[in-house]
Amino acid sequence: MPTRRLVFSALAVATLLCATRAEAQSLYGIGRAATPAEIAGWNIDVGGDGSNLPPGSGTVSRGSEVFDQQCAACHGAKGEGGIGDRLVGGQGTLGTPNPVRTVGSYWPYAPTLFDYIRRAMPQNAPQSLSNDDVYALSAYILSLNGLLPANATLDAKSLAAIKMPNRNMFVGDPRPDVKNPECMSNC
Amino acid sequence: MTKPPDIDRNVGSASRRRFLREGSALLGGAVIAGGLAGSEARAAENTGNLPPNVPEWMKTPGDPMGTQPYGAPSPFEKDVIKNVSKTLPQYLSASGRTPLQDLDGIITPNGLFYERHHGGVPTIDPAQHRLMLNGLVDRPLIFTMDDIRRFPSESHIYFLECSGNPEYKKPYGKTASDLVGLLSCAEWTGVSLKLVLQEAGLQPGAKWVVAEGADSAAMTRSIPIEKCLDDAMLAYSQNGERLRPQQGYPLRLLVPGFEGNMNVKWLRRLHVTAEPAYSREETSKYTDPMPNGTAREFTFYMEAKSIITRPSGGQRLTAPGFREISGIAWTGRGKVSRVDVSVDDGKSWQQAQLQEPVLTRALTRFRLPWHWDGKPAVIQSRAIDETGYVQPTLAELLAVRGDNYVYHNNAIWPWRIAEDGEITNANA
Repeated sequence: MPTRRLVFSALAVATLLCATRAEAQSLYGIGRAATPAEIAGWNIDVGGDGSNLPPGSGTVSRGSEVFDQQCAACHGAKGEGGIGDRLVGGQGTLGTPNPVRTVGSYWPYAPTLFDYIRRAMPQNAPQSLSNDDVYALSAYILSLNGLLPANATLDAKSLAAIKMPNRNMFVGDPRPDVKNPECMSNC
Repeated sequence: MTKPPDIDRNVGSASRRRFLREGSALLGGAVIAGGLAGSEARAAENTGNLPPNVPEWMKTPGDPMGTQPYGAPSPFEKDVIKNVSKTLPQYLSASGRTPLQDLDGIITPNGLFYERHHGGVPTIDPAQHRLMLNGLVDRPLIFTMDDIRRFPSESHIYFLECSGNPEYKKPYGKTASDLVGLLSCAEWTGVSLKLVLQEAGLQPGAKWVVAEGADSAAMTRSIPIEKCLDDAMLAYSQNGERLRPQQGYPLRLLVPGFEGNMNVKWLRRLHVTAEPAYSREETSKYTDPMPNGTAREFTFYMEAKSIITRPSGGQRLTAPGFREISGIAWTGRGKVSRVDVSVDDGKSWQQAQLQEPVLTRALTRFRLPWHWDGKPAVIQSRAIDETGYVQPTLAELLAVRGDNYVYHNNAIWPWRIAEDGEITNANA
């Protein structure tokens, strides 16, 4: 009995391995295919490089209107912060004792602004704004930070082309970076 | 938490005062612990249920079966609750802490597990929840919760700790919960993420998996593929029952040893990619600013750490005598190999006992027998993990990182015990 089970197990493993390597079939047959339409509806990820940004566009002036209605209550009339994060200013402060981290001073990628507003803002009604209005809000916030002119129109291409001031200031994880000498006595 | 409890939680303040005044004379110096002092002091107040009398709860039947269809703690434990600040600017993106100083062992009860959400706690019907797997895979797939539960299951005990637990700037907290209460530990049951990814077939160039939650923040973090093919899992149960809503019901990602927010709750999508998403939560948040203006990104691991939970800040020793020092240690990089304890303000250290089992990326309980002589003292612990890494002091961390650093504070937190037994944060 043990021998027979062993042989059976070995066969089963060999079959599974062949399946994965040669034909790349699923092992368990669990789940169903996701259709392109289903994926398009749920995949709202915008890459740092602007990949998967949707069609549409928005102006700084339209962004100003939407901001007043949807954002100013938490982020301040001009993005100076409140219950919500400060969004504007702080460039040049990161290496000082009082760094001010905002979209303009800290965020490395402009398309992330579109991604985050679309998926999570406004906090009381996420995913309620049109893509055009998300472009407009992104344009307005970038404009308040001096990264777009006041008459600008933003779309996928122009948003991906914006170079954020803090883009090259991120470094990898060097930890462990702190050493405790592990003294046991007469410390 | 509310008022600072005595270390013997049931001692009333009046009886404590009486004990402090009369106790040593009354009990002739034979008293060695506050617990005894407490029960003796209580006896003086209400003797009806104490020997030689028969307690009232023996003279009448108790609650019948079915009184509590889902059990709750004793009403006498009503103060053991999550530690939620009453002065947060808002409560949708907020956190609530585990009352570590009130718990024993290594498993956090589900009702006291710490919480951190970025857009409130959604109420999700599991029948209408789906997990989508898309991106660089041979077969994009959609799973129901029934599908997920058909996969071979596994259970592991892992800690979870919020990245910022606590921050580096004063004011530092008063209690163990205030300081490191964004930490809990549970037995998780679910399916290996590797199995689920294999089901879809990873394509060449698959380097990251972007996990997305079904909360109103659509919380998004990128996980390196190596972790996804190692010990990452999709969990649907916690300490034997289905996840609590606050912990991601009906499904969450677990990336053991990585900072808490990467363990995406209410998991609805896994997007296999060549590059990280550079989401808001991994660029503008959960990055660590250095004094020179640079910032560290993708700082995943929670490093070795420990804290004494008993006796600890906010408690009070009611009398000199025997005290067991007890606490918890953990490391995102594997197992805790040793915990050292100092009772003389860091001048000397001795090895604590570790409670078995010592598990990988779980809390480890440590203990040290101690006799408090009634004089002022500073007690503290430091964890050493299997990589040889030693938990640093706050000063050592600040010297390298500066106090603008936000996350990954794994400092030693010493407790100062005053002559009257009051315990406070010695770093505060």
